[in-house]
Amino acid sequence: MFAFSETSEKEIEKQLVKYPPDRKKSAILALLRIAQQQNGYVSPEAMEEIGRRLDLSPAYVEGVCSFYTMYYTRPVGQYVILFCINVSCHLLNCDNLLEYTAKKLNIEVGGTTEDKKFTLLREECLAECSRAPVMRINNDYHVNLTPQKIDQILDSLK
Amino acid sequence: MTQLLFKHINVEGMASIDVYEKHGGYETLKKALKQKPEEILETVKASGLRGRGGAGFPTGLKWSFLAKNVYPRYLVCNADESEPGTCKDRELLLKNPHLLIEGMIICAYACEIETGYNYMRGEFYDLCEIFDKAVEEAYDRGYLGKNILKSKFNLDLHSHLGAGAYICGEESALLNSLEGMRGEPRLKPPFPAVEGLYGKPTVVNNVETLCAVVPVVEGGAKAYAALGTEKSKGTKLVSVSGHVRNPGNFEVVLGTPTSEIIEMAGGMREGRKLKAFIPGGSSVPMLPADKVDTPYDYESLQAAGSMLGSGALIVMDDSANVVKETLRIASFYMHESCGKCTPCREGTRWLHQILGEIESGRGKDENIGLLQDICDNMSFKCFCPLGDAAIAPVLSGIANFREDYEELLSQAKAGVAAE
Repeated sequence: MFAFSETSEKEIEKQLVKYPPDRKKSAILALLRIAQQQNGYVSPEAMEEIGRRLDLSPAYVEGVCSFYTMYYTRPVGQYVILFCINVSCHLLNCDNLLEYTAKKLNIEVGGTTEDKKFTLLREECLAECSRAPVMRINNDYHVNLTPQKIDQILDSLK
Repeated sequence: MTQLLFKHINVEGMASIDVYEKHGGYETLKKALKQKPEEILETVKASGLRGRGGAGFPTGLKWSFLAKNVYPRYLVCNADESEPGTCKDRELLLKNPHLLIEGMIICAYACEIETGYNYMRGEFYDLCEIFDKAVEEAYDRGYLGKNILKSKFNLDLHSHLGAGAYICGEESALLNSLEGMRGEPRLKPPFPAVEGLYGKPTVVNNVETLCAVVPVVEGGAKAYAALGTEKSKGTKLVSVSGHVRNPGNFEVVLGTPTSEIIEMAGGMREGRKLKAFIPGGSSVPMLPADKVDTPYDYESLQAAGSMLGSGALIVMDDSANVVKETLRIASFYMHESCGKCTPCREGTRWLHQILGEIESGRGKDENIGLLQDICDNMSFKCFCPLGDAAIAPVLSGIANFREDYEELLSQAKAGVAAE
């Protein structure tokens, strides 16, 4: 079973008023995001519930959900590290930093630490290219990365 | 140095309406509301302002294509900034959101639009919070809502977050995404000006373009058109990244030599020489060092064999290997192809596979011809330009840096011989 929390309901209301009443399908990305914010990922049950809210079939919701990379359909760590590997970061050795981060967390890229604290993922361009190398942890950007800076950031996350 | 968009970019607190107003913010809107919408449209047309998102299409002309007498109309700001190398819109949204809001209001007034959306890529969650706060402030001061500054003009602005898809930067894919669908591009025509959001006439403009509307209307068309070259008017934000000492976003008058922009970014690193540069984001052809004095404007860069694109200048010095960087870019396009059109869906994967073989020392001489052939079969054969974008670095890399390919291919041969 999936149910939106009170906080989520308030957020949903704020999103729905943005669109014409007969165009509430526009809010699907927002509802998927809210479901994920609430539970950490978007479960099949959450997709069904979103479908009910927006008069859409579960298959339709899943089709939209699977198109976008920011929705997780399986549980992830408390902190999701998105490590940019695109060309501007690549020119500044992001590959080495990514490897460094994976080693530090003792996981493969794409994996989650045993304590479910961190998930480490490769990410395409984050639009902070002039402050490369860049990563994004949950909603925060971290720029001009060095091994020392990565240590500092990860150690500060409780 | 002429600074129109970045004039106040580093003023502390510029994201708040008080500081923005203190520096002349919303004065241009007041001036615009005293004119007729047609006059604003004429000003934007005469200024020569062109779309800053990548295509470089004349902004005023785009507005004038709106289907006549069909309402409601929509304004959509394209803040899906995701062209690799591009980070200028992020800086504008982060530090000066009211400039965008003022530009959106003026555009909406000129185009008789009463609803606008700012479509931001999902990763810009932090910027969405900043934008929402700025919108709220603008409502409180009467710049948004009903009867704006007693002009009888109404406008509502909303933020909308994407969820991770490069393709949504393409305007028709963006509109599908905004309507709650997969972000796949639409066949054009009809263009958004005729059938856009919810099938209604829609203006889609990039963040920088809408911001530029403010100085265009503030200083007048003549003053704006006096800057730049014959066909590339005004200023452009250039995101410089890669192998330079001080990467950053710089506002330059169009026509400034590319080499000067690299100097603004601190020049090349100690002991290193320029090898290659990509002038307009990963979707445009890369150029060799001897083209570095090319004036940075739409026409000159095209004549030099590339494009201005989104204004992302990616610099590579002699430590870079063009095949390795091209492989990285090819991997990106494979990941981001939406899969709708076969030449792009399959072609991006084949390019990635063959480049990977060459890069890992398993290439064969005939691979170069094969790459070119695949590119030829992807070119101009899809709904949207993603396939064409994917082939640009491959073809230009082979044309301008063939020695990087041949070195890897001869290593492969030597490897085979040694076995």
